[in-house]
Amino acid sequence: MQIECKDCGAKIKIPDDAVVGEIVSCPDCGGDFEIVSKTDEKVDLKPAESVGEDWGQ
Amino acid sequence: MVDICIIYDKVRFEEKILYDKALKDGLNVQIVDAKTIAVETNNKRNDLVLGDIVLQRSVSHFRGLYLTACLEFLGFMVINRSKVGEACGNKLITSLKLAKHKVPTPRTYFTFSANAAKDVMNKTGYPVVLKPIVGSWGRGVFALRDEEMANMVVEMREENDTPLSRIYYVQEMVNRPPRDIRCIVVGENVVAAIYRYAAENEWRTNMSKGGRAEKATITKDLEDIALKAAKAVGGGVLGVDLMEDRERGLLVHEINNTVEFRGAYHVSEVDIPGAILDYAIKVAKK
Repeated sequence: MQIECKDCGAKIKIPDDAVVGEIVSCPDCGGDFEIVSKTDEKVDLKPAESVGEDWGQ
Repeated sequence: MVDICIIYDKVRFEEKILYDKALKDGLNVQIVDAKTIAVETNNKRNDLVLGDIVLQRSVSHFRGLYLTACLEFLGFMVINRSKVGEACGNKLITSLKLAKHKVPTPRTYFTFSANAAKDVMNKTGYPVVLKPIVGSWGRGVFALRDEEMANMVVEMREENDTPLSRIYYVQEMVNRPPRDIRCIVVGENVVAAIYRYAAENEWRTNMSKGGRAEKATITKDLEDIALKAAKAVGGGVLGVDLMEDRERGLLVHEINNTVEFRGAYHVSEVDIPGAILDYAIKVAKK
């Protein structure tokens, strides 16, 4: 499935096995988006949080 | 059957494979976004539907830590416990706990002003390593090769408007091969171990810095030290990182509370998610 980038309008490919909470990136503008919901017909994205100083393991 | 809840804020390989494995094994599992949870002081445990055992997998250290504290307040069992997260998320506290429990660890100095940090580094000599006390993926970890470089980095830290940047964690540069060892500890067991080789033109071995994983043998010595280190911070599901000092042998330098095991999973041929889920069920049944 492909979905339009909210920032630049390019097509973002959503892998079949992607799950809610995963981050996808726009190949054109590099914007990162979090998958908010996903069904066979529809995927909703929101801008992903930027990497925080305390991110990691 | 035990109800397992995986809490995430960003789904990485690890959260995805834990969830997939639980579904494949027919376990009762749910995956919940930490960013959607609200807790209040009048809440009771039943107000939140988070099952019998929670696997805290938030990528944000502080989000995971404080959410865990709230869930523990409500009576949930969380892996790892907040006191473990607190100890592992702060390198200064980790080092103190390792030293207190006689776990071999690199010689480390703590200072609370820029001048004291410079004095320590000039006394130990160069190269020396300066690390932020909170942070991951090798960010802000610098090998300081001479006094001029040390002064520049200290000045940079002083300019940074973060109180923690003025707490200085100075560590000897261990004479080691260009790799370290990551042990995945689950409860009382070291389930997998890998060598992490630094990428070209990089001295840090973090996978996030391009490091490469290779399977390592779990020797008795490695197992003993990794388990002792895990116990020192309170135990649970942990990534214990060790270096091979050419004279002193294994030294533990870091323990990871929300361990990433993508590299270990691919090279060790061990069912790491299965081991974590088994452990979660065991803890829930206690």
